[in-house]
Amino acid sequence: MTTVTAPESRIARTVRAIVTARETGILLALIIVVLAATIKNPTFLFSSDGFRDLLLTPSILLLVAIGQAVVIITRNVDLSVGSTLGLTAYLTGRLFIDVPGIPIVAVFLIGIVFGGLLGLINGALVAFAKVPSLVITLGTMYAFRGINVLWAGSDRINSSDMPKDFLALGTQSVLFIPVLTIIAIVVLVVAAWFLRNKRAGRELYAIGSDPDAANLYGLKVTNRLLGAFILCGALAGLAGVLWAARYGTVNSQAGTGFELQAVGAAVIGGVAIFGGSGSLWGAAIGAYLLFTINRALPILGVQDFWQRAVVGVLIIGAIVLDRLLAQRQARKLVEARDSNG
Amino acid sequence: MSDSTERVTPALELSRIAKAFGAVIALTNGTLALNAGSIHALVGENGAGKSTLVKIIAGLYQRDGGDFRLSGETVDFTSTAQSKAAGIAVIYQEPTLFPDLSVTENIFMGRQPLRSFGRIDRARMHEEALGLFARLGVRIDPDRPTLGLSIADQQIIEIAKAISLDAQVLVMDEPTAALSGVEVERLFAVARSLRDEGRALLFISHRFDEVFDLCDTVTVMRDGAYISTSPIADTTVEEIVRQMVGRDVTTLFPKTEHPIGNDVLVVDALNQPGVFHDISFTVKAGEIVGLAGLVGAGRSEIARAVFGVDPYASGSVRINGKAIPRRNPAAAMNLGLALVPEDRRKQGLVLESSVARNATMAISGRLRKLGLLFSSTENAAARVWSSRLEVKTASLDTEAGTLSGGNQQKVVLAKWLATNPSILIIDEPTRGIDVGTKSEVHRLLSQLAGEGLGILMISSELPEVLGMADRVLVVHEGHITAEISRADATAESVMFAATHSIAPTTKEAGQ
Repeated sequence: MTTVTAPESRIARTVRAIVTARETGILLALIIVVLAATIKNPTFLFSSDGFRDLLLTPSILLLVAIGQAVVIITRNVDLSVGSTLGLTAYLTGRLFIDVPGIPIVAVFLIGIVFGGLLGLINGALVAFAKVPSLVITLGTMYAFRGINVLWAGSDRINSSDMPKDFLALGTQSVLFIPVLTIIAIVVLVVAAWFLRNKRAGRELYAIGSDPDAANLYGLKVTNRLLGAFILCGALAGLAGVLWAARYGTVNSQAGTGFELQAVGAAVIGGVAIFGGSGSLWGAAIGAYLLFTINRALPILGVQDFWQRAVVGVLIIGAIVLDRLLAQRQARKLVEARDSNG
Repeated sequence: MSDSTERVTPALELSRIAKAFGAVIALTNGTLALNAGSIHALVGENGAGKSTLVKIIAGLYQRDGGDFRLSGETVDFTSTAQSKAAGIAVIYQEPTLFPDLSVTENIFMGRQPLRSFGRIDRARMHEEALGLFARLGVRIDPDRPTLGLSIADQQIIEIAKAISLDAQVLVMDEPTAALSGVEVERLFAVARSLRDEGRALLFISHRFDEVFDLCDTVTVMRDGAYISTSPIADTTVEEIVRQMVGRDVTTLFPKTEHPIGNDVLVVDALNQPGVFHDISFTVKAGEIVGLAGLVGAGRSEIARAVFGVDPYASGSVRINGKAIPRRNPAAAMNLGLALVPEDRRKQGLVLESSVARNATMAISGRLRKLGLLFSSTENAAARVWSSRLEVKTASLDTEAGTLSGGNQQKVVLAKWLATNPSILIIDEPTRGIDVGTKSEVHRLLSQLAGEGLGILMISSELPEVLGMADRVLVVHEGHITAEISRADATAESVMFAATHSIAPTTKEAGQ
């Protein structure tokens, strides 16, 4: 055995990469869940509503999970995304009420920028104050939600407050694919491409892999962390705007608990909780699995109160699996080294 | 300071660099001039300030005073990125790589070759990595993650990184420490070719044969200050060692002579592949045995293995004739072994707990009444040893973390002495302790030995070893290379054994 493998053809390399990828397993799990539910009840997939729901329901979480995964890859976490989403969703409604005739595009832009600003607050506190992001964003999670409650009080935004065209975005489809899903997938493709092909994207992995080494290396750690948190906030902001469009009503509690679902999606999708590895594709599939399993379990006859437990088992299972895989790889690499030396 | 007039501008020049960390002064006069097309050696004892100097060059630390010039221009690096951009590559003792990322990504991180749209050109990156490895004459799969690579391979990746950076100044902080003979030769060939390309290299090593083989100039540092610079051709190993050690062994050490008893600790043929090999020694009652050697030679690892914290593959440890089981510190404790670790703040004390709680921690099981621990019992037990060791503290309830280094060390000592051990292993007994308290710790150790305690003292400070030890064992790269009696131990003989694989002939000169 040597550490240098025989040169493989490009195709063989690609095939091997796909088969052994962490994402493949989770994708298989998703397919199995969909198949099982469809066999039990064909309308789960083969009805226009069923197919639409399958794609539509996880789309908003998908956006938040992408941002969360980017932050987790840098060995941080953002627990404030649910509150950011809620605050932006309420802001969206207020904009339509307080600024009559405001263009929909402008609302989207304002929502994204607003979310990005909230992300900047998190990022600045983490990058400059050097306080663990878990603590910072736990604080901002309550703070942002508090502002939301203060602002909204017992008011709620109703669908009648928002323009029809805007609400249509939440339900419309293009070529059988919901608009929300298209937006989420476009964001996913762009972000995944960025993380894989741009220097800044790779540096996020480097920072998460070993923050001290990143410093010694001279990487712009502060800038990159700020960037990751801003992106995460901006995506939560976009998700907030889409939330308003999708559900039509927004109260002060919109998006509560979303932060943990986003973390769960990323972890289930193979993003290592200690940073440095994982992909946005995995996080996206994780988001789909998380929501699809919730819809599939009642069809499969699993009682309501077991559903959360199943999600918990899924998360723990994913982490245990990651741990085992990492140990196996470390052992293999060391063995390869020893037999080589 | 030199008066040569037609001297070329050095590629990198440091003069009278000073650096302090709080009250600890690391550098008083860091002076160094690296010329293009030259390999310059920097030597000095542990703690002479070499690593601090390197970190200032790297931009990791900022100097408090002095001049730092690059090709004649004064520079002020505030980050590693700046020093890198200025063409300085530093290879640290410990490779700093990203374990999750591939070898190739580690080499090119932050400056990957790009294609259109600012995309990373993976194919080209792969090619360049292969090219670099070919040039270095190594075979490492560029696509594998760096996790699990040997230190030697990691070191090669660091060097590949520096070459690809096209650095004009290359600093290597003990690059050969973990390399085998072949790997060292390969590295030297690369270093020479880099020199011939007109780069300036700084080579830090404790191996004099390598220094004389590779370098053309040598600078000696001692106690944070510049001592001398001389062309390699004009100097000798003996000369350099003398300059490195350079100070008198003062009478700071109140060592008292007293009778030495029978063997208490017997370590026989202890082996742990890659860490230490064939370690055999004894410690007698009332004897202080010094374990000398360079940082990273494996001294602490040996001590930890003897105590049962770290594993070992083969060999045995016996105390008073009873075998100590492997990996069972509690059993070692019960049999009369005590270990005062090197890092007392992390491993020796619970900083947030009181002096009394810390001092009685090792015997808390005995102090328990019906499973409960009362602070009155704790205080009473703690008072015995803390008053004997003269721990200076406002009260026994004071948090241990607030004490000075010397008093913290005394609390750790009190904790272990309360277990009534027959052997005390003490790792760097006076590191970070001010001079006054230092001699107090020394007096204490000497006094304890006088009462029949066997002491194994690991120390990087030569004067301490020479002043305190009845016998000196020298460890070099995991092997005991010399056993020197008190009468024969000199700074030169210990330093020589610590830097050479083969022991000098002082071994049985004593008797």
